[in-house]
Amino acid sequence: MNATWSRFNIVSIVLGFAFLYLPIVLLVIFSFNASKLVTVWGGFSTKWYVELFNNRGLMDAAWVTIRVGLISATIATVLGTLAALTLTRYTRFRGRVLFSGMVFAPLVMPEVITGLSLLLLFVAIGFDRGFMTVTLAHITFSMCFVAVVVQSRLVSFDRSLEEAAMDLGAPPVKTFFQITLPVIMPAIVSGWMLAFTLSIDDLVISSFTSGPGATTLPMKIYSQVRLGVTPEINAACTLLIAIVAIGVVVASLANKRREVQRLRDEQAAQRG
Amino acid sequence: MKSLGSIRRDFAPWADPGAKPYISFENVTKKFGDFTAVNNLSLNVYEREFFALLGASGCGKSTLLRMLAGFDEPTSGRILLDGQDLRGIPPYRRPVNMMFQSYALFPHMTVEGNIAFGLKQDNMPKAEIEARVKEMLRLVKLEQFAKRKPHQLSGGQRQRVALARSVAKRPKVLLLDEPLGALDKKLREETQFELMDLQQSLGLTFVVVTHDQEEAMTMADRIAILDKGEVMQVATPAEVYEAPGSRFVAGFVGNVNMFEGRVAARDARTARITGASGAEIIVENAGDAETGNAVSFAIRPEKIRVSSRRPEGAVNAMEGEVFDLAYLGDMTVYHVRLDDGQVVKASSLNASRVTEDPLTWNDRAWISFTPDAGVVLTR
Amino acid sequence: MSEAVIDRENGAVAAAQGRSLAGRAVAAVVSRLVILVPYLWLLFFFLAPFVIVFKISLSQTAIAMPPYDPVLSLADGVSGLLEQLRQLSIDNYVWLTEDALYFNAYVSSVVIAAISTFLTLLVGYPIAYGMARAPASLRPMLLMLVILPFWTSFLIRVYAWIGILKPEGLLNQFLMALNIIDEPLIILNTHTAIFIGIVYSYLPFMILPLYSSLEKMDYSLIEAAKDLGCTPNGAFWKITFPLSLPGVIAGCMLVFIPAVGEFVIPDLLGGSQTLMIGKTLWNEFFANRDWPVSSAVAVILLLILIVPIMIFQSAQARAQEQER
Repeated sequence: MNATWSRFNIVSIVLGFAFLYLPIVLLVIFSFNASKLVTVWGGFSTKWYVELFNNRGLMDAAWVTIRVGLISATIATVLGTLAALTLTRYTRFRGRVLFSGMVFAPLVMPEVITGLSLLLLFVAIGFDRGFMTVTLAHITFSMCFVAVVVQSRLVSFDRSLEEAAMDLGAPPVKTFFQITLPVIMPAIVSGWMLAFTLSIDDLVISSFTSGPGATTLPMKIYSQVRLGVTPEINAACTLLIAIVAIGVVVASLANKRREVQRLRDEQAAQRG
Repeated sequence: MKSLGSIRRDFAPWADPGAKPYISFENVTKKFGDFTAVNNLSLNVYEREFFALLGASGCGKSTLLRMLAGFDEPTSGRILLDGQDLRGIPPYRRPVNMMFQSYALFPHMTVEGNIAFGLKQDNMPKAEIEARVKEMLRLVKLEQFAKRKPHQLSGGQRQRVALARSVAKRPKVLLLDEPLGALDKKLREETQFELMDLQQSLGLTFVVVTHDQEEAMTMADRIAILDKGEVMQVATPAEVYEAPGSRFVAGFVGNVNMFEGRVAARDARTARITGASGAEIIVENAGDAETGNAVSFAIRPEKIRVSSRRPEGAVNAMEGEVFDLAYLGDMTVYHVRLDDGQVVKASSLNASRVTEDPLTWNDRAWISFTPDAGVVLTR
Repeated sequence: MSEAVIDRENGAVAAAQGRSLAGRAVAAVVSRLVILVPYLWLLFFFLAPFVIVFKISLSQTAIAMPPYDPVLSLADGVSGLLEQLRQLSIDNYVWLTEDALYFNAYVSSVVIAAISTFLTLLVGYPIAYGMARAPASLRPMLLMLVILPFWTSFLIRVYAWIGILKPEGLLNQFLMALNIIDEPLIILNTHTAIFIGIVYSYLPFMILPLYSSLEKMDYSLIEAAKDLGCTPNGAFWKITFPLSLPGVIAGCMLVFIPAVGEFVIPDLLGGSQTLMIGKTLWNEFFANRDWPVSSAVAVILLLILIVPIMIFQSAQARAQEQER
């Protein structure tokens, strides 16, 4: 769509983004509040960050969260990519409808149901709840998100690239690794990032499937939030936001630079 | 060294009954579900030939190319290349290479990488690959672009990379799928001649798919005209134009006027054709038409003369009225409505700058043509 | 061509065909693996658990580990299995219908989710529309700004609202400082807080599909409508909105379905007064340790959601077909 940008459009965007960002900005500001009362400004201070780093419980939970995130995101990316390939490349096999149903359903499935059902599975097969079960649960729901991201790239993939590779003498498996995989790599990377974020954010499914010694950061934050808002939690949240924000900004800047470079190249090519 | 022209003039293996075809389609049928893309088709292509498959979209020409490359297998019939049955051989083991319509350049590889890709699959020694890539880059005049990625190239440059990549392996046959389709008109005309030079200098067999008749006429030694999965005619460009084998071919290639009628009389050399309105045409190229046959007489617009008076001594002449004309600069196209209602197109070359007494709208006019100007078609 | 040459050629052909046969066999195995690995994973970790949930919802609560009875096992052979099957009962479902608490929780979950979905659409549509009409150079940045909050923790974003909505929170401080109100508004622990929380948390899910369907739209359609005598308002309702319907449906499903089973938002913002089924299930499971009843709650919730999930799936499938 292309048209003039009316005042109404601009106002709705500004208000919309204010609504989206104001709560997060306030949270960040009050993490630097010297006062113990989270909603009364008592001067600038970083003492809550110091306390945060001295809080063994939170630090341990953070470490568990990161490990679960790294492992589950990696395995989910492999499985999700395979699922995406299945959905786009094999249009006819028995049980395809069931398969695509199982890929899309977890995207909207209420977390309480997914969490409960996975827990009951682990109990039924006699798996001890802990690090392992949380990781398996995270792989299961995040692989579906990876599948959707990778699939949308595969749908627009030009199949003649693969035909060209085979025509030039590359057998199918080699073609996949030398042509298909490198071309869809950006989508796979963003799938991994999405899986990682989903994993480190998850509270409900982790609560159901985790056991002793495998408390994740969101579980820890949740148990403290129930007792009331504390500046220390504000500080922890700010750090999490900062990590994600830096990651996203760096990724998009790199992307932007590539894009600018590409545009410049294309213009150079046009000139001759 | 022989000039290109003389090589092409003397090249006619299809006319030699002893010549062995290089590529043979033998009764090939290809079905996709209920749809028959190619129907019991047989076709021969000779070594070093520049062969064009011409037809509208959906006529099966691309399917033929894809079966030759190995992306699709015939439902029945067989394809031979240099005496070898290609059935069951996957694309990556066939000695043919293809230049894709979309070029299909690998976006994550440089120009060099793209050209070297096929050579690497053959485990060619590194030094040889480098030498071959250099040679190919020189051939398509892209030496200074070796390190660029495809998106850093213009459309014409991409086309040349695709070409270099597909000939780098010295395939027995090069398949080209609408090779000039994505280029603008001017570039297309230049590239046509470059392709012909390349084909001659490498001594390769080219099979090109195109929907552009001008392109096919310019480049190809022979053209196969396809319709609904069947071959309508295989012939040199001049034969296709001057001696079309059927009404379809006559109408498909170039402009044509058709007169419907019956053969009233014929002898060894000429035939007399009578139209529905009683108009008579005397023709020399009557082919296999026999007395009583319903036939079409096809004649190209440039072979018809338009004049304000009946030309003296004209064998075939009819009267009508100019109802439309288009001045195109180099020539003028007249639409003359004959008195029996048929509209005839006639083009005349504007050889001199000023014409005395030019014909214009609503003028009475005569069209005339010689007995050998057109052909009689029974199919 | 001499006989020897022909022989060699035939040999080469046979070899090539043989190699390709082996190659095809490898390719067939590989493609089967590509399908099988994710398929089996999802069968085991996604579908099988639902069967187990259904089975346990028919069991009795027991003070044991696992806390239900009977535990299906093949240890006693077929007769034992049949005996176990005989012990299954629908008591838990009867229990759910007898206690008005559950019924009310289901109804209020659906109502709250429906109202919130509608509110999210009202808030999200103008934003998506504004983004789609923004200069093309700005759009990628706007898109990133919508997605960015999605990358920050859901829990944190909900938690941030507690500090804002509390009686002594920032919103009340702000409004009282401006003398708009004299007494703090009670928002936290009411339905209003839940609406705010859901709209806020799920807004990107609404905006993204809306934006993608609006962005694809050809603006000359609206110009054509105006040229044919339509008012701007009429053009919106007759052209823009109908064409954006796929986005509206996808967005609403993406908000409504998870909102019905939402746990974090009602728990943190809704207080003890609010009844929502996700919270009920959580309490049944963690506080009461009644696994069979919470399984029954989950089964009923799934049945309620199956229709919207199917709508969502078919919309996805249709969108995919169009992409091709």
